Amino acid sequence: MRLGSGTFAACCVVIQVLGVALFLRGFFPAPIRSSSRTEHQAEPPAPEPSAGDRSNWTKLPPPLFRKVVIMLIDGLRDDFVFGCVWGVKFMPYTTYLVEKGASHSFVAEAKLPTVTMPRIKAMMTGSLPGFIDVVRNLNSPALVEDNVITQAKAAGKRIIFYGDETWVKLFPKHFVEYDGTTSFFVSDYTEVDNNVTRHLDKVLKRGDWDVLILHYLGLDHIGHVSGPSSPLIGHKLREMDSVLMKIHTSLLSEERDTLVPNLLVLCGDHGMSEAGGHGASSMEELNTALILISSAFERKPGDIRRPKHVQQTDLAATLAIGLGLPIPGNSVGSLLFPTVEGRPVREQLRFLHLNAVQLSKLLQENVPSYTKEPGFEQFKMSERLHGNWIRLYLEENNSEVLFNLGAKVRRQYLEALRTLSLSLSRQVAQYDIYSMLVGTVMVLEVLVLLLLSMPQALSNKAELEVPLWSPVFSLLFYLVFLVLSALHVIVCTSAESSCYFCGLSWLTAGGVMALISALLCAVVSALAKVFADGRLLRKNPAHPKARWSELDVLILLGTLGHVLSLGASSFIEEEHQTWYFLVNTLCLALCHELYKNCFLSDDCEPQPCSHVEQGLVSSEPALWDRNIHCNVSKPHRVSKSPTSLDTLRGYEKWMVLASPWVILTCCRLLRSLNQTGVQWAHRPDLGHWLTSSDHKAELSVLAALSLFVIFVLVQRRCSLTSKVAMALGLLGVYCYRAAIGNVLFPWQRDSKDISKGVIEARFVHVFVLGILFTGTKDLLKSQVIAADFTIKTVGLWEIYSGLVLLAALLFRPHNLPVLVLSLLIQTLMTKFIWKPLRHDAAEITIMHYWFGQAFFYFQGNSNNIATVDVSAGFVGLDTYMEVPAAFLTAFATFAGPVLWASHLVSFLSSETRSGSALSHACFCYALTCSFPVSAYIILVTSLRHHLFIWSVFSPKLLYEGMHVLITAAICVFFTAMDQTNTKS
Amino acid sequence: MKDTDIKRLLYTHLLCIFSIILSIFIPSFFLENFSILETHLTWLCICSVFVTAVNLVLYLVVKPNASSKRSSLSYKVVRFLKCCIYFLMSCFFFHVIFVLYGAPLIELVLETFLFAVTLSTFTTVPCLCLLGPNIKAWLRVFSRNGVTSIWENSLQITTISSFIGTWLGAFPIPLDWERPWQVWPISCTLGATFGYVAGLVISPLWIYWNRKQLTYKNN
Ligand SMILES: [Zn+2]
Ligand SMILES: [Zn+2]
Repeated sequence: MRLGSGTFAACCVVIQVLGVALFLRGFFPAPIRSSSRTEHQAEPPAPEPSAGDRSNWTKLPPPLFRKVVIMLIDGLRDDFVFGCVWGVKFMPYTTYLVEKGASHSFVAEAKLPTVTMPRIKAMMTGSLPGFIDVVRNLNSPALVEDNVITQAKAAGKRIIFYGDETWVKLFPKHFVEYDGTTSFFVSDYTEVDNNVTRHLDKVLKRGDWDVLILHYLGLDHIGHVSGPSSPLIGHKLREMDSVLMKIHTSLLSEERDTLVPNLLVLCGDHGMSEAGGHGASSMEELNTALILISSAFERKPGDIRRPKHVQQTDLAATLAIGLGLPIPGNSVGSLLFPTVEGRPVREQLRFLHLNAVQLSKLLQENVPSYTKEPGFEQFKMSERLHGNWIRLYLEENNSEVLFNLGAKVRRQYLEALRTLSLSLSRQVAQYDIYSMLVGTVMVLEVLVLLLLSMPQALSNKAELEVPLWSPVFSLLFYLVFLVLSALHVIVCTSAESSCYFCGLSWLTAGGVMALISALLCAVVSALAKVFADGRLLRKNPAHPKARWSELDVLILLGTLGHVLSLGASSFIEEEHQTWYFLVNTLCLALCHELYKNCFLSDDCEPQPCSHVEQGLVSSEPALWDRNIHCNVSKPHRVSKSPTSLDTLRGYEKWMVLASPWVILTCCRLLRSLNQTGVQWAHRPDLGHWLTSSDHKAELSVLAALSLFVIFVLVQRRCSLTSKVAMALGLLGVYCYRAAIGNVLFPWQRDSKDISKGVIEARFVHVFVLGILFTGTKDLLKSQVIAADFTIKTVGLWEIYSGLVLLAALLFRPHNLPVLVLSLLIQTLMTKFIWKPLRHDAAEITIMHYWFGQAFFYFQGNSNNIATVDVSAGFVGLDTYMEVPAAFLTAFATFAGPVLWASHLVSFLSSETRSGSALSHACFCYALTCSFPVSAYIILVTSLRHHLFIWSVFSPKLLYEGMHVLITAAICVFFTAMDQTNTKS
Repeated sequence: MKDTDIKRLLYTHLLCIFSIILSIFIPSFFLENFSILETHLTWLCICSVFVTAVNLVLYLVVKPNASSKRSSLSYKVVRFLKCCIYFLMSCFFFHVIFVLYGAPLIELVLETFLFAVTLSTFTTVPCLCLLGPNIKAWLRVFSRNGVTSIWENSLQITTISSFIGTWLGAFPIPLDWERPWQVWPISCTLGATFGYVAGLVISPLWIYWNRKQLTYKNN
């Protein structure tokens, strides 16, 4: 079957997306689970161990506290409470409680990913959510795992919740009363908290609840908008302090009547990095404050309690014990012992025993060789000692012996808990190797196929013979298919651990196997063909050997070097440096080529340098006049006419000479707009300067100017209707930014009430859709009329400009210059570099790809989840809607690569030098994208036990996966354009 | 092209390498606490002075392009001044390029500029000695098939290898090894120096091995 190389490449990338998805599913391990979840509820609690006499205490111990209030402050990192800069200054009451009051304070370490939903899960289930939970952070499905809230509800406790909506989604129907606030309007940091606090007075007076949960979002929002050094943080902390005081005094006054202690928990879900975001693994993001306040924790005046370092997961076990509930089955945390220190020794040991039994059971279910684990041995030993202690206790033995033995048992238990919890936390990093392998094989086969078909696909015809049907009926195919199926059956029946690919239905798995074997056959036949061609070529070497220009060498080395650099974690963290470096070098290489073409009239015959001493100025015009090029550097482009540099007039000449430098300057400016990465992320940059509240006027001027320039640059090739729509749309963008309070209107000095700008944003969305619609209409028209070529160019440009408008709406105002400079660079490149130098489609494609990657980082992105601008997904949406929000966020994040790719389409189809340019471009684009992904998948597999696998390599893997998906979409778009091209 | 020419080329290059080695060891006799990493700027100055001096001396002694037609004194002075201006311009040019590549704009200006001076001594000074202040000849030498003698060929090789060395020298900067030589611009200057030395070593050998294939238009 003959296929155009564009279609072929698009198919390949789509298959690759499947492979990458399978790999990702296997790579991100399912978190450890207790298999007996459903029976767990019915299971009776473990009885007290005893040696000899039976102990009579088999029920769960009664709750320690009557009421529990959990006050969760989003983004409360440890030094906001314990540090002298913030805590002592802004939280006087809390500081008093920590230092002198009846409380225990801890620094709770959150695990990756430091994003709200996984952290709430961790605190309530005590388990470690898998990394993939980040992706599901936006639409949190109900939590089915065993957790404290479900247990409390089952025990008949009445729970009230106010705050972040995530809780309501995680625990639907668990709360007798709730009021959820959406966390998606990040710029709002007063209303979200007032929504919580306004219920407090009423609720605290009532006595009809057992658990009250408050989730305050304001602090985190301030962090996202203006960073931890903002003065707003202090205000917010003071507000939180007063809320805490209100709750505490109310609880105390109630205790005076009932005489049973209550518990107040102040905690944070994750910290806040120095830039204000979270999601990664810096100390500032991991360490959160955790304070347990109760009159049961009384202390003597001299008792100084320093905040101890504990795990965030320990909270679940502690809360369960405090409320008299069974510990959640998947919890890997250990009880925070200070909370039960004041109880009698028998109770203390009982609590420790319950915790240890739960942990050891989890260990038994997840580790085959659990008996060899040191934690398990310690647990068995302490259980034995505990039994002895119970016997002595029941015999009412000498109190000193009893006390000493009790202390020893306690020490043993604590040690066992620590070891068990540690080894369980380590278990999380288990991979589903089989699914990973299948995915990798698919991706690699596609890559090899692409590489092998390169010479054919990039030939003038841009068509290739895809051996699709013959392999399906060949013996090899059936053999491979049979072997693979047999392997599949063997692996799936023998594997102890669960495996995703085995979980698929037999039909799907069989389909995948058939695909893999068909691809293998295709690879083999392509290989055979390449060998045959090679032999043919060697026999008659009349074929002129193409020489590589410096630019080709640079492109090849740059691609290879980038792929190799992905093996080092620092290079992944600082990948933006790699791209900036490559793009700069590319510009310099282009500059060299331009200058050579301009000044050296003839490459083939170098001028003897005798007469040149007269001075450059006099000789320049003469040189330009006889500017005939023989282009020795690209002999394989036979069809190429002399470069058009000589046809340019004076000012254009100067523009040609200046444009590389302008582009370089633009790149340098953009580089200092957003500092990303890790090592230099804290450096001051223009973006922070602009977003600080003192420079709102400057930001407004810049935004307005940028929008104007965008209009000027985009409108020149649009039709009249889309020109008008573009102008109105850009105006709407400014209104939207003014409405949500990012920028100012010149006639409006004082800031009015900040709305969510839904109307303004929808106004822009309408224009975006309108422009895209006009573009599509033009494309269809060009199909029908078939003669009018300009309509198609206009249509493509309109689609491109619609995307630009959407990007302008979604980008933060300080990022609008990125868009402007991207348009400017594209214009300069088109007019003064690619047209005069006449690069071929492959080179132009790869240059577009490089610039797209560089712009991905110019936007402020990095290989870290924390830099994804989630707020872009809610522009123009009233409530959270999954599909549009995901689409908008993905577009805003990958706007750079997408815009450059769509510019490539419109550039190549307006420059109709050869009909095959678009399919060549599509093929090159697919190849350059799939190469890093395939290499990275292998790298990650081999580095899966690396120390930084979760903090550095995994986020990058998610980005790469997303990138492949977007590449597939782009390639399909390319192919569609190519189809219309060939038909018309 | 004779073998004596290649031999002369080799000796001059060995002298250049020797001057760089001297610049590492001689100052430690006169200056206390001298080391390449600790007092990097001093070493940069000394190294560039040494290399420039050796290049000038070699130019006066060897005279690779001996066909100076007009040799009046005023012409020589003008030519020398022009060379000085070109040298300064190339220093500023390299400085600008470094900033475009991401060197800090305001901090470490002195370091960046001295690095630019060093790179200029490795690249521009030999060009000025050999080709004179003549941009067109430079462009010719640095384009494909543009060289006309072994001197120009070796110039091409050493210059390009210095650039490549500098380029590669930037690679270790983002790595988190926290070594003293990863600081800007030390790794780049070291890369430039290694590249220059490598070019000096490679070019005579390369020319010797390829002497059969090399045919120059002027010879
Ligand atoms: Zn949060
Ligand atoms: Zn947040």
